[in-house]
Amino acid sequence: MLPRKFLIAVLVALLPVLAGAQTPEEKGLEIARAADAYDKGFGDFTADMVMTLINKAGETAQRNIRIKTLEVEGDGDKSLSIFDQPADVRGTRMLTYSHGLEPDDQWLYLPALKRVKRISSRNKSGPFMGSTFAFEDLGSQEVEKYSYRYLREEPCGEWQCYVIERYPAYEFSGYTREVAWIDQAGYRLVRAEFYDRKKALLKTLTASDFQQFLGHYWRPGKMFMQNHQTGKSTLLEWNNYRFRTGLTDRDFRSQALKRGN
Amino acid sequence: MRRLACTCLLPFASLAQAGFSGNVAVETQTYTESAQFDGQFDDNVTFSFEPRWNGEWNDGNDLWSVELFLRADNKDAGREHADLRELLWLRIDGDNEWRVGVNTMFWGVTESQHLVDVINQVDLVEGIDREEKLGQPMLHWKRYQDWGVLDLLVLPGFRERTFQEAEGRLRPPLVVDTDQAEYESSDEDAHVDFALRFSQTYGDLDLGLSLFDGTSRDPLLLPGTDAGGKAVLIPFYEQMTQFGLDAQLIYQDWIYKLEYIHRNARSNDFNAAVGGFEYTLYGVYESDLDLGLLLEYSHDDRPENDRGAFDRDVFVATRFTFNDQQSSEILAGLIVDVDKGSRSFRVEGSRRFGASWKAILELQTFSNIDGDDVLAAFEHDDFLLLELAYYF
Repeated sequence: MLPRKFLIAVLVALLPVLAGAQTPEEKGLEIARAADAYDKGFGDFTADMVMTLINKAGETAQRNIRIKTLEVEGDGDKSLSIFDQPADVRGTRMLTYSHGLEPDDQWLYLPALKRVKRISSRNKSGPFMGSTFAFEDLGSQEVEKYSYRYLREEPCGEWQCYVIERYPAYEFSGYTREVAWIDQAGYRLVRAEFYDRKKALLKTLTASDFQQFLGHYWRPGKMFMQNHQTGKSTLLEWNNYRFRTGLTDRDFRSQALKRGN
Repeated sequence: MRRLACTCLLPFASLAQAGFSGNVAVETQTYTESAQFDGQFDDNVTFSFEPRWNGEWNDGNDLWSVELFLRADNKDAGREHADLRELLWLRIDGDNEWRVGVNTMFWGVTESQHLVDVINQVDLVEGIDREEKLGQPMLHWKRYQDWGVLDLLVLPGFRERTFQEAEGRLRPPLVVDTDQAEYESSDEDAHVDFALRFSQTYGDLDLGLSLFDGTSRDPLLLPGTDAGGKAVLIPFYEQMTQFGLDAQLIYQDWIYKLEYIHRNARSNDFNAAVGGFEYTLYGVYESDLDLGLLLEYSHDDRPENDRGAFDRDVFVATRFTFNDQQSSEILAGLIVDVDKGSRSFRVEGSRRFGASWKAILELQTFSNIDGDDVLAAFEHDDFLLLELAYYF
C-alpha cells in the first residue's frame, strides 16, 4: 500500500494537469463561485458612505448616504439607502430587492411629498446620484449575473490576483465586458475595468483600504471610479461598517420606508 | 442646532440623537396679465420656512418628529399662515406600528390628481396643484401580515381647506369666507373620522384598497353674504363615505397607474377615476438623460355643474431627468378638458446650486378656457414663479 503522503504528493503534482483540463470559462466561473462562497454568511451589515463627485475641472460635490444590507439566501440582497446630504434630498430613502437576472424591485421614499413611489429598475446603467457609479456597479454581485473567462494570474499590489473577464448576462446592462482583478487570499475585488456597449473602455474601478470583519469578510474602505470618456470620477469612502446588527426582513419593507430618521 | 433641539423643544430627545433640518425659501410670482377681479395683485414676493426636528430612543423603536411650515407674504394675506405638519410619536413593535399625534401622509399612485388621498386637507393657498397638505391629528395603527398591510386610522379634529383672500390670484370670482364654514355634522370640526386601508405588493403589482368615513375634505362652495352684505362663497363640509382603489403595475419600462373612487355624500353619489402610464426612455442619445412620457385620463360621472376642475381631462407630460451633479429636472405637462377644450399648461424645472441651494422655476398658463369651466376664474392668472431655497 502506498503511503497517504505519497498519494497526496502525486495529486498535487497532477493539479496543473487537472487544471489544464478546465476551459478558461470553467475556471473563471469557479473563481466567481469561490468568491461568492467566501462572502456568504455575513448576515447583514450597515455602513456610512461618503461619495465625492469630481468633475473634469476638479470641482467636487459630496453626498452622504447610510447603507443597510440584508443577505438573502438564494436571491439577491435587500438594501436600504438613506440620504443625508445634499440637504435638499435629506430623508430620501431607496429600497432595493436585488435579483439575479430579473430586474430588481425598487421603491423610493420622497420626504417632501411624504410619498413612497415604486420605480422601474430594469435599466441599471444610469448614473447613481450624478456619480460615475451606475446602479449596477453598486448592486449585489450574484454569480448568475455574468458569464466568466479566466485570463491569467498576476501580482496586484501586495497580493496575487486572478484576472478574469465577466460578460453581463443581464440584458439591460450598460456593459459588454468587464475585466476584474480578484485577490487569491480573500477574494477582494481590487480593480475592475468596464467596457461600454461599443466595446470601448469606459471606466476603471480601484478599491483599497480593505478591512476584515468577523475575522473573515473583506470590505473596501475606498472605491474610486474613473470615467475615461467624460473625465469625471467619484470617490466612495466607507466608514463605520458594522456586521450582524440584527436586521431582519421587517427592516426592509416598502411600507416601512416612511418611518425612521 | 443639535443643542436647540435637545434642550428647548423636547426634553426626552436628550435620550438619543436629534436632528434638525429643513429649508428657507424666497419666491417671486409674476402674473403676465392684469387681474380679472378687483384688488388682485400682479406680482408678489413671499417667504417660507419649513423646519423639522426628529430623533429616536429605545434603540430606534420609538421615534419622534416635529415639522412646521410658515409663510410670510407681502401682499397675499390669505397665503400667510403657519401649520403644524407633524408632531408625531411613532412606536415600532415588531409587526405593529403606532403613530400618535399630527401627521401628513400620502396614498395613491397617479400624478395629475390624487383621488384616493383623503386623509390630509389640501393646503390650497400653497398651490393649485394641491401637492401641499395640512397636518392631520390622528391615531394610526399599522399592522404587517404576510397577506398584506393594514392601516387603521382614527382622525379626531378636522382641518378646513385654505383659500385665497380678495387680493390673491388663482381664486374663484367670489371670495371664499372661511369664517362662515358650515358642516353637515352637528359635531362640526370636532367630528371623529375613520379610515381603513389594505395594501400589498404582488410581484410587479402594488395594490391598495381604502375606506374613509367622515367629513369630506372637499367643501361645497355655497353662495352667501358676509357681515357687510357682500356676496361670498361659504364652504360647506359634508359627511361622506369613500371607497378607494389604487393600483400600479410595472412592466418593462412602463408603469401603469390607476386610481378609482366611489364617494357617497348627501349632494352626490358618484364614481371618479384617473389612470394612465409613465414610460421612461433611459439614457437617450447615449447621454445620462432619462426621458419620461406620461399620459393620464381622468373621469368623473357627476352632473357637469357639480364636477371639479378635473372632470374629463387628458394629462400629457414629459419628464426630463438629467442625472447630473445638480439633480436637474424638468416636468412639462398639459391638461386638456376633453369636453370643453380648456387647456392648462405647466412647466416645472429645478436644479441644485452648490451643496445647499436649490432653484425652482414654474410657468403656468391657461388657454382656450371655456366660460363655463371652473378654470374660467383663472383665465388671467398665467404666471411665472421663481423660488430660491436654502436647505440645512
